[in-house]
Formats: sequence, C-alpha cells, structure tokens
Amino acid sequence: MTQTDAVSITEAGLKENIITFPDEDKVIESRDVSVRYSGKLAVENVSMQVPRHSVIALIGPSGCGKSTLIRSFNRMNDLIPAAQVTGEVVYNGINIYSQDQDPTEIRFRIGMVFQRPNPFPKSIYDNVAFGPRINGMDVDLDEVVERSLKRAALWDEVKDRLKDNGLSLSGGQQQRLCIARALAVDPEVVLMDEPASALDPISTQAIEDLITELSSRYTIIIVTHNMQQATRIADYAAVLMAGEERIGRLVEYGPNSQIFDTPRDRRTEAYVTGRIG
Amino acid sequence: MARADFDRDLSQLEAEIILMGGMVEAAVVNAIRALSERDLERSQTIIEEDDRIDAKEQEIEEAAISLLRKEAPVATDLRRIMVALFVASELERIGDYAEGIAKISLLMGHEPPLKELIDIPRMTDIALSMLKRSLDAFVERDRTNANQIATQIGPMDDEVDVLYNTVQTDLIALMKQDSNNIERATYLLWAAHNIERVADRATNIAERAIYLLTGQSVSVGATEDAADVL
Repeated sequence: MTQTDAVSITEAGLKENIITFPDEDKVIESRDVSVRYSGKLAVENVSMQVPRHSVIALIGPSGCGKSTLIRSFNRMNDLIPAAQVTGEVVYNGINIYSQDQDPTEIRFRIGMVFQRPNPFPKSIYDNVAFGPRINGMDVDLDEVVERSLKRAALWDEVKDRLKDNGLSLSGGQQQRLCIARALAVDPEVVLMDEPASALDPISTQAIEDLITELSSRYTIIIVTHNMQQATRIADYAAVLMAGEERIGRLVEYGPNSQIFDTPRDRRTEAYVTGRIG
Repeated sequence: MARADFDRDLSQLEAEIILMGGMVEAAVVNAIRALSERDLERSQTIIEEDDRIDAKEQEIEEAAISLLRKEAPVATDLRRIMVALFVASELERIGDYAEGIAKISLLMGHEPPLKELIDIPRMTDIALSMLKRSLDAFVERDRTNANQIATQIGPMDDEVDVLYNTVQTDLIALMKQDSNNIERATYLLWAAHNIERVADRATNIAERAIYLLTGQSVSVGATEDAADVL
C-alpha cells in the first residue's frame, strides 16, 4: 500500500492480531462488548483480555469509542441513562454486568481516574478517606491516607497540609490526589481516561512515572491520545477505530513492539504513523 | 492528507541516498579504471571527491536527525529513517574503499601493472550490481522484489568471494615466482580486498532493506533465513 491509501474501518481487526492471555494471567476480559447510546451503536463487539499487573493503553482517533469502552470496564456507563452495554466484562471470572453484582463495589475494585482532576471540595485527607469511609472499611484511616498518598507520590508535598482543601493543589497534584483517592479503597485495577492530557509537561512526567511505579501492584488501563506516552508507559496497546458511521471497533491489540514497530493491520500503521486520525 | 510534508521529506531523504549511491558507484568504477589504466590524475580526483561523499553522508544524517526530532516517527516511518542512516553510513564506507583503491594506484606510481586486470574488474561489476539491487530494494519497498533480491545477493556475494580467492592465489603465485613482484602484487591484493568489502557492504544494505519491509533482521547470506520472513 502507499502511505496515503484510504483505509476502511467497517471491520474489526483479525483475530490473530488481537493478543490473548492464559486464564490465570487475566484480570479483566471483555467478551463481545457493545455499547449503545439511545440505541445507536458506539462500540461494537470488543473482545480483549487484560493481563494482571500490566499497563494497557487504549489508543485511537477521537470519537473511536476509547472512553466509552474504558467506562464499560467498571460499569461507569450505568451512570449515563441512555447508555446500554451488551456482552460481558469478566473480572476475575465474574461477569460484572450480572444481576447480583453491585456496581459501587465493582468501582472500588476497578477504580477510575478522569481526564480533568475532580477532587471533592473537601480537605486532602477527606478526599482520600472518602472511599474507605463510605465503604465502611474497618481500617486505620490515617494509615490508609498516608499509604495512598505515598503510592500516588504526593505524600511529601502534602503531609504538612492534609487539612487544606484539595482544590488548593496544583492541577498535577490534584490529579495525583484523585489517584490516591482511587487507591485508598485498595483496587485491583485502575482505569485512567487521559489522566495527563490537562497537565503541563512536568506534571505529565510525574503521572507517567507514577503509572510505571503503580504497575507492579495494580493493573492499569489508560486511554491516551499521546502515542509517545503510550510507547513510554504501556506494555500493550489496543487500537480502536471508527469509520464514518462512528462505530468503534478493536483493530489490533498487542505488545508495544507490535503496535508501534511492526503493526500487522494497515489501519494501525496508518494511525500510529499519523496518516489518519 | 495528514503528514504530507513528512511523506515528502521521507521521499527526499531516500532520493538523497540514491544520489549518494550514484556518487559512490562512480567512485568505485573510476577507481578500478584508473588502477588498470594507471591513470594517476584520475586517482587523485577520486581521493579529492571522497570529501563530497562524506559531506553527503553528513547532510543525510542531519536531515534524518531533524525528522526524528520533529516527527517522532514510529513503525515503517521510523525504520525508513533508521535504515536511511544505516545505508548512508555503508555508502560512505564504500566511498572510502574507492578512495583506498585510488591511493593504492598512486602508491604504484608509474610502474607498469603486474598483469592485466581481469578478475578484479569482474568482482567490481558483480559488487556494483549487488549495490544497485540492494538500493533498489531499499527504495522500492516491494516485498516480491525484495524477495528476489534477497535470494540473488547471497550467491552474488559468494561469487565475489570465489573471485577474490582466485586473485589471491594468482598473486601469491606471482610473489613466489619472483620476489620483485611482491610489492605490486600486494597492492593489487589490497585493491581486490577493497572490492570484496564493497560486496559485503552491499549485502548489509540488502539485509537492511528486508528489515525495513519486515521489521526482522536477517542474513541474506543464508537465503532460507531471508525467505522465511518475506
């Protein structure tokens, strides 16, 4: 193909271009997940497996369904009345969409950090202690707050001002506070929807370092528009794309060396080299 | 279309490589011709013109680094730039071999050649044909064509090696025959060795062309290895 050939995005990627993992390594698996908004298909039949203690980057052009997909991994789409999810998201062997599953509990186990830091208008301490408190966790709150802030690489900067309002922090610090808040309930998976896109380069670097650090203990799925960032922090990258009808499909999923060095699907090649998107 | 400028710059980078390939090829052809015709003036010109080849390599290197900095390329784009850098460096070395032959020619001065040069020009023809095919594979990025080239280059390199061994045997025999031949025979042996190295560099370029297409490093000397990835 020539580099500028138009590419068709009406089909999902070939099965052999989507990596799979042994059962014992999987922490989350989506099986034929489709998401509709008011009946209109936004993401179609995404089946992908996420191995434990890895960083997975969801990449793809704007409007390809990355955020929609990541929100289906912890039932965050439940909060959007018009959204309807079909298929299964299996977390440690259990379909989180089955009737008996409590979405709040799921969101503790599978935490989420958003694009714009959204601390509560409360003290730094109360922000981090929020989850354990409402969850009625029988824990030493001081210890949880300290440990979570340390894991979020924020402790040294705020340990003497835990009573200050979370909103008094800088943007980068607020984002790390939100990460600490997610970590306080001891999740297994942390979903991050463009966590550094609203931050300056130094704060972005801090978040990237933090993600790398956290990956030894947690599984992280991150939506990013920044391909360089994906190459730096992720172990695997999943490429989503949508055609003119705006239905997002999984085109290719594999280790970074596959996606960014020798992509198998020409659409991936066109996207990662900046020819489309 | 997005990245039109980048596409243009990449093509320009490869056009410069082809230009450099032409300069290097001419240098080798002229060096061997000057050696066999005992044309010292031409040999001197080749030595001077090697500076132009070195400058061209520098230019390509700077353009490649600028593209890496500006575009943060990945996948095929990244390989195109990395391979361009590699090929430019190989071409520069081939230019040095031509310069080396020209220097040998000057060392021999106006002495008549020991014997008529037959095998060294044949080695040169094959080595330059290898170079041309390798550069074609690099620029065309055509899998079928690269496959053919990969299967041709290995045997051609073997042929050059056989000729080199013949030259070596012949020259050693002449040295044994008459010790007065030693100096001139040694000079010719160096020249033949330089051509043998040109063929090796052309083989390296072919291997890099296959890497560009497939992302896998292969040895085209081992033709099965190359066929596996194409």
